[in-house]
Amino acid sequence: MSARDNIFKRLRERADGPLTAPESDFAVVTGRGWGREERLARFERWITSVHGEVIHTSCDAWASALVEVLEAKGIRRLALGREHPVAAEARAALAEGGVVLIDADRDIEAWRHEQFHDADAGLTSTRGAIAETGSLWLWPTPDEPRLLSLVPPIHIAVLDADTVEDTFFDVIERNGWADDMPTNALLISGPSKTADIEQTLAYGVHGPRELVVLLRHREQCP
Amino acid sequence: MTPVKLYPPKPEKVYFFGTCLIDLFYPDAGLDGIRLLEREGIEVIFPQGQTCCGQPAYTSGYHDEARAVAMAQLDLFPESWPIVVPSGSCSGMMRTHYPQLFAGTEHEAQAKEVAGRIFELTEFLLHVCQLRLEDRGQPEKIAMHTSCSARREMGLGETGPTLLARMGQVELVEQARAAECCGFGGTFAVRHPEVSAAMVEDKTQAIEATGATRFVTSDCGCLMNIAGRFEHQDKAIEGEHIASYLWRRTS
Amino acid sequence: MSSARESVQTYTPREFHRQAHDALGNPQIRANFRRAMDGLMGKRRDVFSDWDLETLRELGASIRLRALAKLPDLLERLEANCQANGIQVHWAENGDEACRIIREICQRHDAKAVIKGKSMVSEEMHLNAHLEEAGIVALESDLGEYLVQLNEQTPSHIIMPAIHLNTDEISDIMHDKTGIERTRDVDYMTAAARAQLRERFMAADVGISGVNFAVAETGTLCLVENEGNGRMTTAVPPVHVAVTGIEKVVEHLRDVPPLYALLTRSATGQHVTTYFNMISSPRKPGEHDGPKEVHLVLVDSGRSNIYQDNELLDTLRCIRCGACMNHCPVYTRVGGHTYGTTYPGPIGSILMPHMMGLEETKDLPTASSLCGACGEVCPVKIPIPDLLVRLRRESVGEGRGNVPGAGVKRTRKEAAAWKGFQWLATHPTAWRSGAALAGKLRALAPSKLGPWTEYRTAPKPAKKSLHELVKRHQAEKAKREERP
Repeated sequence: MSARDNIFKRLRERADGPLTAPESDFAVVTGRGWGREERLARFERWITSVHGEVIHTSCDAWASALVEVLEAKGIRRLALGREHPVAAEARAALAEGGVVLIDADRDIEAWRHEQFHDADAGLTSTRGAIAETGSLWLWPTPDEPRLLSLVPPIHIAVLDADTVEDTFFDVIERNGWADDMPTNALLISGPSKTADIEQTLAYGVHGPRELVVLLRHREQCP
Repeated sequence: MTPVKLYPPKPEKVYFFGTCLIDLFYPDAGLDGIRLLEREGIEVIFPQGQTCCGQPAYTSGYHDEARAVAMAQLDLFPESWPIVVPSGSCSGMMRTHYPQLFAGTEHEAQAKEVAGRIFELTEFLLHVCQLRLEDRGQPEKIAMHTSCSARREMGLGETGPTLLARMGQVELVEQARAAECCGFGGTFAVRHPEVSAAMVEDKTQAIEATGATRFVTSDCGCLMNIAGRFEHQDKAIEGEHIASYLWRRTS
Repeated sequence: MSSARESVQTYTPREFHRQAHDALGNPQIRANFRRAMDGLMGKRRDVFSDWDLETLRELGASIRLRALAKLPDLLERLEANCQANGIQVHWAENGDEACRIIREICQRHDAKAVIKGKSMVSEEMHLNAHLEEAGIVALESDLGEYLVQLNEQTPSHIIMPAIHLNTDEISDIMHDKTGIERTRDVDYMTAAARAQLRERFMAADVGISGVNFAVAETGTLCLVENEGNGRMTTAVPPVHVAVTGIEKVVEHLRDVPPLYALLTRSATGQHVTTYFNMISSPRKPGEHDGPKEVHLVLVDSGRSNIYQDNELLDTLRCIRCGACMNHCPVYTRVGGHTYGTTYPGPIGSILMPHMMGLEETKDLPTASSLCGACGEVCPVKIPIPDLLVRLRRESVGEGRGNVPGAGVKRTRKEAAAWKGFQWLATHPTAWRSGAALAGKLRALAPSKLGPWTEYRTAPKPAKKSLHELVKRHQAEKAKREERP
């Protein structure tokens, strides 16, 4: 018999007999009922409490906000996708400036060294966010692969205010995650950090040391 | 988590289960508990056949022996009166573990019935007697150590401090890490004496740091441990069972 | 040699007493743990303050109990869904088998260097040593694990592996082992480790990680972390091997948010961790990064034996948050290494006897005052104190014999002593005269009662027992009442 067979035999032929599964009441992780203002305020409070930076902008002006961020942080080389509207608009806005654009939609084997050593920042879109924990959610794609939000020292994420939901449970349920899980789904709440040296917080231990969220509000959007 | 208990009205009579530690080492605490109950107009029945709740054997893993000892207590409380126990640890044993110990035996129903009548003394004084206290003592600053069984198993972290707050001349100060174990743990103190010693050392330092001149507790195991440590170091801080403290200052 | 280097040694549960003695005598260790545990307890208290903690714990417990109630079905679903997603699933009855499976995967890819994310199951089966024997270098990438590995130690805490070390000791280790300057600057040390490890991520042939929750419904592996090393480990090397215990499965994706909320809050008092990484497949055609192969190794190692028993089963609810050790007054005093086991503290004391047998671990179930702090904070409501008592029963041969090494602690002398206690406590007349006698002979009571009196004054039996005082009290009362 294989290990698998042995394990299943023991589990199926349980000495104390079959078990009854209790019901679960999920009310405590949903139904917050926050209004838009409160939801956004909570999102911002939590993500900034873990060192994330939130810049409020609009759908029209966000690309210039991005340019300002790049300038302020001295970012010379930005890795980004190509097809997602966020990447496309950023490319258009940055076409003239001195920022070197690094294509992220390439097999990592071809540019690993460049990604690890040369990119100052990675730009990604986001699918949404969670107010209760101040978390972004990303489903990396061929256009914006998973390492784009991890390897460069600064991660710039573009978030639409309308896509912020109350809780993680709400996000999973309302967006039907269980029917369609991608290769990799991510929650990101702040920059990489550690407290492994005597409980002292330090940022950027493996991933980005800075996370900038460009929060786009709809009022000014088409 | 102990479910919220619905407390009965004050009864005419109660049984008193004194516990073995009180019987042997701190009988005055037991008697003071009885006096507090009697002052509330309750007749206290002390079954002379009582010995020990069986907890030492229970926590040591000797459940056959613990069951035999517990069995010898079950028949001592034939009437439906509440059973008052001046110890969080022994009342926890009788309320929580008696039903487990007799589960699946012919005595299960009786064990459950007895367990349902168990009250820790401060719990009973506060919630059933609605005790009023007239403090006649000198102003004094004291600390309280609530035993882990009273606090966690019985869910009675507040009964002792609430009673003490009714004492006009007593200032109750809280030591650092008040909810942390003093290191007694029954046979733990014997099996792991050094770890236990480190724990009681920290507990005595925390109590001393409050500036209290006295500490009270509702469990004689903790009392023996903490007071024994203070005495060993020739410290002037004295320990007392809360029943004695309340009786002494209000009689 | 620095002090931290001198502390390098191996620990075994057999030597719990000696190791506890050493730890208690080491003021640095005591201070490091006390400070760390105080901080963690405070953070947990604060982060749960605006939550209905009890309701959330109820939910967490129900999710874990439901997963266990359906365990074989869920494991089959997990396997089928993982395979449908392209994840290769392997089964191991014990740590040795799991090591062999992982080594063979590495060898198939001609791997020389492996990078590891944090995995307690890999610690449990001593994977690094096994791979090393096969000429494969396994490097830990979680900063705490990395430091502990540099120092040739094992983790002293399941969440914070280097919690026994302070900044100066870590500075010494990094100086001695990696050649950086001695410093108290944590950012500098962190940046140095980042630089050292980034090269190793790029060079690694295989990444090995643990799993926090494995979702049967979707075939998804969830990893919780702050550093990003887990994401690196599972996305940079061409092959990812996830290893975990068979009990880590949950039924639905919606079961994950409550457990995640409980885990981070209980573990470190964080309302959320930086990353929650959910992996459902290897790199798909057209995708540009991520491993081309993903393997899931499911390890039994005694878990299916624990599963047989209705009471012991609760041990398997654990989500490995470490709150029980953070709140344990014994763990706080002696530290993690003293236990000599992969999992220290209360959870280790109820888990390791099943993995190592009670003969090796017989001092662990007694290394608790049963204060109940562990059970009180457990996010999935494991009745840890009851399980400690159950293992004490098993070790003295009065349990159900369901734990390896049951009865190993039973000695004729101790059993006779408890029989004596039973006799006395079931013979009230003898009990009363015994108490009376002790009172009369109190002057002769020994002032030395072994270990008790090394630190405390021994209590003296009272002159009169409560039985006697009550009789006298009742007689006096009767007399008073007779008077007009």
